[in-house]
Amino acid sequence: MSTQPLLELKDVHKSFGPKQVLTGVDIDVAPGKSLVVLGGSGSGKSVMLKNALGLMTPDKGQILFDGVDVTRDQGKTREAMRARIGMLFQSAALFDSLTVWENIAFRLLNADGMKRKDAKERAIETLKQVRLGSDVADLTPAEISGGMQKRVGLARAIVSRPELIFFDEPTTGLDPITADAINDLIVEQTKALGAAAISITHDMASARKIADEIAMLFEGKIIWRGPASMIDDSGNAHVDQFVHGRADGPIQPAL
Amino acid sequence: MSNASTKAKSGFPNPLQWLGGATLAMLGEVGRLSIFTGKTMGASFSPRWYPSQIVRQMIAIGFYSLPVVGLSAIFIGAALALNIYSGGSRFGAEQFVPNIVVLGITRELGVTITGLMLAGRVSAGIAAEIGAMRVTEQIDALKTLSANPFRYLYAPRFLAGIITLPILVLIADVIGVMGGWAVSTLGLGFDSTTYLRNTMDFLTWQDVTVGLIKAVVFGGVIAILGCYHGDKSSAGATGVGRAATFAMVGAAVLILAFNYLISTVLVDFGS
Repeated sequence: MSTQPLLELKDVHKSFGPKQVLTGVDIDVAPGKSLVVLGGSGSGKSVMLKNALGLMTPDKGQILFDGVDVTRDQGKTREAMRARIGMLFQSAALFDSLTVWENIAFRLLNADGMKRKDAKERAIETLKQVRLGSDVADLTPAEISGGMQKRVGLARAIVSRPELIFFDEPTTGLDPITADAINDLIVEQTKALGAAAISITHDMASARKIADEIAMLFEGKIIWRGPASMIDDSGNAHVDQFVHGRADGPIQPAL
Repeated sequence: MSNASTKAKSGFPNPLQWLGGATLAMLGEVGRLSIFTGKTMGASFSPRWYPSQIVRQMIAIGFYSLPVVGLSAIFIGAALALNIYSGGSRFGAEQFVPNIVVLGITRELGVTITGLMLAGRVSAGIAAEIGAMRVTEQIDALKTLSANPFRYLYAPRFLAGIITLPILVLIADVIGVMGGWAVSTLGLGFDSTTYLRNTMDFLTWQDVTVGLIKAVVFGGVIAILGCYHGDKSSAGATGVGRAATFAMVGAAVLILAFNYLISTVLVDFGS
């Protein structure tokens, strides 16, 4: 069994003008494992994710995918990485001008050159995996609910059978029941694919459900990391405050 | 420190400092727009292309602009004929109405009016659409799905702009001339056959070509300004609205500036 992390961030720094957002993030995820990164609003979770995905370039540090340095590469190496990953955006980020099935099959049609008929079949098959019927395939994203959009976003993330899936606040904006259903789907589909997952969230219910390991990002650094089962007994005051949702403690509310 | 003290003493920023800052900001903007234009053109003239996106944009930019272009052209042609007749009658030159209408429409007004109308309808629309895609992370999603936004979003709009604008201008030319013809024959006492014969006799292919050259440039300007301002749109409804406004105003100003520059270069063409 491989012990090499699938994705590694080493001493990653990122600033916007005078504001230092990431101040030396060190984190990695092993193949098949699910890592959840917790952090308050403005803690740099999304910036960390965008750096890992190559949507931003770190000021300093290194990002390795399957042992290959992709920190500043936007060419073939980065594309090879993107062919092996999936991403569920916070707002689902479905393309308004395309139908649901065209959204799901976007990579298959455009990057992989699959025929439309085959791509549509695969998209409908993937819709079923996220508990949506084929009747939504020809609708546009504007014609389906927020929860269904999240499911379609998940279908788009898993359709190319990635080895690593990123989840950006997967349950934000959903009611607790729909959020729980999305969490179940995330667990089920990542396990079925044998994929690694990195999720960023501040939803503790989501974190408890989908994580093998949990890490805490605070002031641009990972300040704690441990098994999900240890989250209530972390011995870290920041983590305790966050887990129990208390206003008093070392973390100042983002007001 | 000196900056703060200057502001504190006068209550206003130092004019030289303000001028320097504004100049640097403008040069920075010109640089960013130039790089964006280079990348868009590079993506437009090298594989890979997305034909379905190009066709979709040609319909959005070209076909759906036909009503506004046609209406604008007919009224401009009609007003031009009336004004030339009125002005020309002061020194007995009323008979030149067909000649001046066709020259004015093909070389100048057909293309400029079409460009300005599309700066409002298309450039602002592109900026709003791309801006909304930017703030809802759809452009980030494109990248993670291995699609280059310059190839998938911007090049199809640029190509559609430079292909459809000359076609729209040809249509505007015909409709504009017919607007002048309608007013002249129905209201100013011109004979229809004579009017059309004079128009065709006076018109040269060079006049039409000048308009078409301008149309290609204007089509590119409209698409690029829309894409550029949409791409750098900031979050929220205000950011997207501002992007649309900047795109429309920027495209309109650049169209007028390029119109003058191209006219200067081609002033002797066909004379």
